[in-house]
Amino acid sequence: MTKLDSKIPSGHISEKWTNHKFNMKLVNPANKRKYTIIVVGTGLAGASAAASFGELGYNVLAFTFHDSARRAHSIAAQGGINASKNYQNDGDSTLRLFYDTVKGGDFRAREANVYRLAEVSGNIIDQCVAQGVPFAREYGGLLDNRSFGGAQVSRTFYARGQTGQQLLLGAVSALNRQVDRGTVKLFTRREMLDVVIVDGQARGIVVRNLVTGEIEKYAAHAVVLATGGYSNVFFLSTNAMNCNATAIWRTHKRGAFFGNPCFTQIHPTCLPVHGESQSKLTLMSESLRNDGRVWVSKKKNDTRHPNDIPEDERDYYLERKYPSFGNLAPRDISSRAAKEVCDEGRGVNGGDAVYLDFSDAIKRLGKKVIEERYGNLFEIYETITGENPYEVPMKIYPAPHYTMGGLWVDYNLMSTVPGLFVIGEANFSDHGANRLGASALMQGLADGYFVIPYTMGDYLATYKPAAIKTDHPEFEKVAKDVKDLTNKLLSIKGNRTVDDLHKQLGRIMWDKVGMARSEQGLKEAIQEIRQLRDEFWKNVNVPGSGDDVNQTLERAGRLADYFELGELMAIDALHRNESCGGHFRVEYQYEDGEAKRDDENFSYVAAWEFKDVGNWELHKEPLVFEYVKPSVRSYK
Amino acid sequence: MEAKKLNLKLKIWRQKNSNSVGSFVDYDVQVSPDASFLEMLDELNNKLEANNQEPIVFESDCREGICGTCGLVINGHPHGPLPKIATCQLHMRNFKDGETIWVEPFRAKAFLVIKDLMVDRSGFDKILQAGGYISVNTGGAPDANSIPISKEAASEAFDAAACIGCGACVAACKNASAMLFVSAKISHLGLLPQGQPERYIRVQRMIKVMDELGFGSCTNTYACEAECPKGISVTNIARMNRDFVRAKFTSKMTEV
Repeated sequence: MTKLDSKIPSGHISEKWTNHKFNMKLVNPANKRKYTIIVVGTGLAGASAAASFGELGYNVLAFTFHDSARRAHSIAAQGGINASKNYQNDGDSTLRLFYDTVKGGDFRAREANVYRLAEVSGNIIDQCVAQGVPFAREYGGLLDNRSFGGAQVSRTFYARGQTGQQLLLGAVSALNRQVDRGTVKLFTRREMLDVVIVDGQARGIVVRNLVTGEIEKYAAHAVVLATGGYSNVFFLSTNAMNCNATAIWRTHKRGAFFGNPCFTQIHPTCLPVHGESQSKLTLMSESLRNDGRVWVSKKKNDTRHPNDIPEDERDYYLERKYPSFGNLAPRDISSRAAKEVCDEGRGVNGGDAVYLDFSDAIKRLGKKVIEERYGNLFEIYETITGENPYEVPMKIYPAPHYTMGGLWVDYNLMSTVPGLFVIGEANFSDHGANRLGASALMQGLADGYFVIPYTMGDYLATYKPAAIKTDHPEFEKVAKDVKDLTNKLLSIKGNRTVDDLHKQLGRIMWDKVGMARSEQGLKEAIQEIRQLRDEFWKNVNVPGSGDDVNQTLERAGRLADYFELGELMAIDALHRNESCGGHFRVEYQYEDGEAKRDDENFSYVAAWEFKDVGNWELHKEPLVFEYVKPSVRSYK
Repeated sequence: MEAKKLNLKLKIWRQKNSNSVGSFVDYDVQVSPDASFLEMLDELNNKLEANNQEPIVFESDCREGICGTCGLVINGHPHGPLPKIATCQLHMRNFKDGETIWVEPFRAKAFLVIKDLMVDRSGFDKILQAGGYISVNTGGAPDANSIPISKEAASEAFDAAACIGCGACVAACKNASAMLFVSAKISHLGLLPQGQPERYIRVQRMIKVMDELGFGSCTNTYACEAECPKGISVTNIARMNRDFVRAKFTSKMTEV
């Protein structure tokens, strides 16, 4: 029944990528400019891919809905980027990074992909330094590293608390260089609304010009989606306001399978919700857990000021439950532990927040050192909350942050639609059921700089560079579909606003498809999402027209997709009768509350084929572990 | 326990498109002091939409002060009255009950208003595309530790690289000069050994495009540094000027 071919090369895991690179076909240098490649999204994955294609001599069309490539949400990543350079001589290696990532993903990732990721990680750092990325350095002038959530070696490279910003500015500078040279045409303020498939191959996209409202068509020999994740389905998440799933979702509806949609990551260190008007949640870098200690009161509904709660009445629950990893326990585990103590009523003032306390670190290292390490994060915290974290412990709570799921891709990063590639967070590939800290930046840049430039050549070399034009009837048909959808959204004129409906969907997702999921809750969620989706299509109100800037229209289109994606997430979570990584089913846990994985029945990638709204067919890609033996993921 | 709400009068710039004339429109709002300034606008927009009125167009994305998308002039200050934050980081607890707040777009000859509070800052990218990079192809890099860079130099380069490209410096400047923005990139790359080979051609090319786009000149009022959400220093402008003059004397290139 399965149509999935992961195309994992044969041979020993350490030789797969090397052999594959040699075996792949090449495009003659003189022919490269005859091929056009569309890249959608200009975050780390998209910008690095577009720049690398341009350098190789391909003709590249790059798209972003922002006013500038530099605004992509990769820019907000704080903590760092992993690489197995072993500059610290602490025993790191490709093999260890590979092992940690497979284990961190709770044995739900493809071994060969993860090994390749670890293998190219060092090149990424070289590349970024050469571009002028100002990583942190030691006094001798060499690069500094720190340890980061879930790792016992110091392999994380960082640039203050702004690593994502500096890496993205590096990748965008490489992109700008190609724009300067004319190999890349950059289209800003364009939102991809559909993909065009001709004779079974991806041949272009349809976008909306967000300033003029015009629906535009672009043709190419291959399409690369680098459009990020879908955490905003929860309404409140750490994602930027405009992050959305529309590009991948509409591509899914045209035939690309969706892999592991229920694998979502809830980040443990975010600022708690302040009230109804909250528009998004702010992440506080996980690096804070290197020196901060997480605790709650031992008493329920304790309303004392944190500084008045004596030491012996505090429960440092991560240190208590996970003595060997303590405050550095991986994200899924830390988040769930926070939810547990808050559900017991032991959160801050009995509510949904726990303390992250730096007083011990300040005593041990001095305020100056803490300021050097986390100064900008402390400032951000104080700006938002009005409290000084040098004096009063921070309050934090988990929030949706990253989606491990995404469009299914093979080893070459190609989806089930030939010629349609998916890179970065938008694909499902490397993080399994849980992503480790500082691995997203690594994956985005690995895909863009070091994987897709090779695999794209192999794909393009299979056929002659025939001219592609947008006057093919299929382009007209897809453009009409897009216009019809826009007109439909504008014509409903109901009495619910887009944000009201989105908040209501987010509540369902957070309560029932969030940190702890149950069979009953998921079944309820599916019904509730369907009802709300009907309500949306009957009763949403989108003021204005489609002929100029209309931000409500943009949001309405994205929300329409979340109503379908949200249902699939619940269906996927319901079918996966096990707990693993970010997917925790309350029915499947050990007596001590730890996740109970079921390798016998669920060691596979769930790839969903879209049939109709509310109707999917499940395909399974079995996961074979030849090099890392699946074990209980213990951080005790 | 939600704090007592503030009653505020907003005077917000509304403008249909770049060809039409805009004006201030009054709105009364009630808002929690814990909300951010942009969340206040979200709430107002949600009310407008519920009454089938067109919401106010403004831009924002990360809402963490790093992407550089947001940018409003609030009571005459780009990014509002507090130093070293972006508009999205401004919270309502900094305003008083009963206050009137004026909200305008970033205004400059080179930043056309697209609609309401949304402006076109694409000029910034055009400047960066004229050499605001180090020419290295993917795969061509030596080992990252092969060139030691002193902590001091890396740190100084970082201070300049922290620019978020929001355009507050231009909006703050009476000449609508982009010198702080441009000099930040010139400094970031020029302070690092990797940036040396292209240092003098870079400064000439970027300044040429900056001038062509209609950004003004610097007359040393330092308003840019005062309003910069990242505290980028005007010493970068001095460094850029130095490099530019040196380039004119030493560069063999007569045409850039």
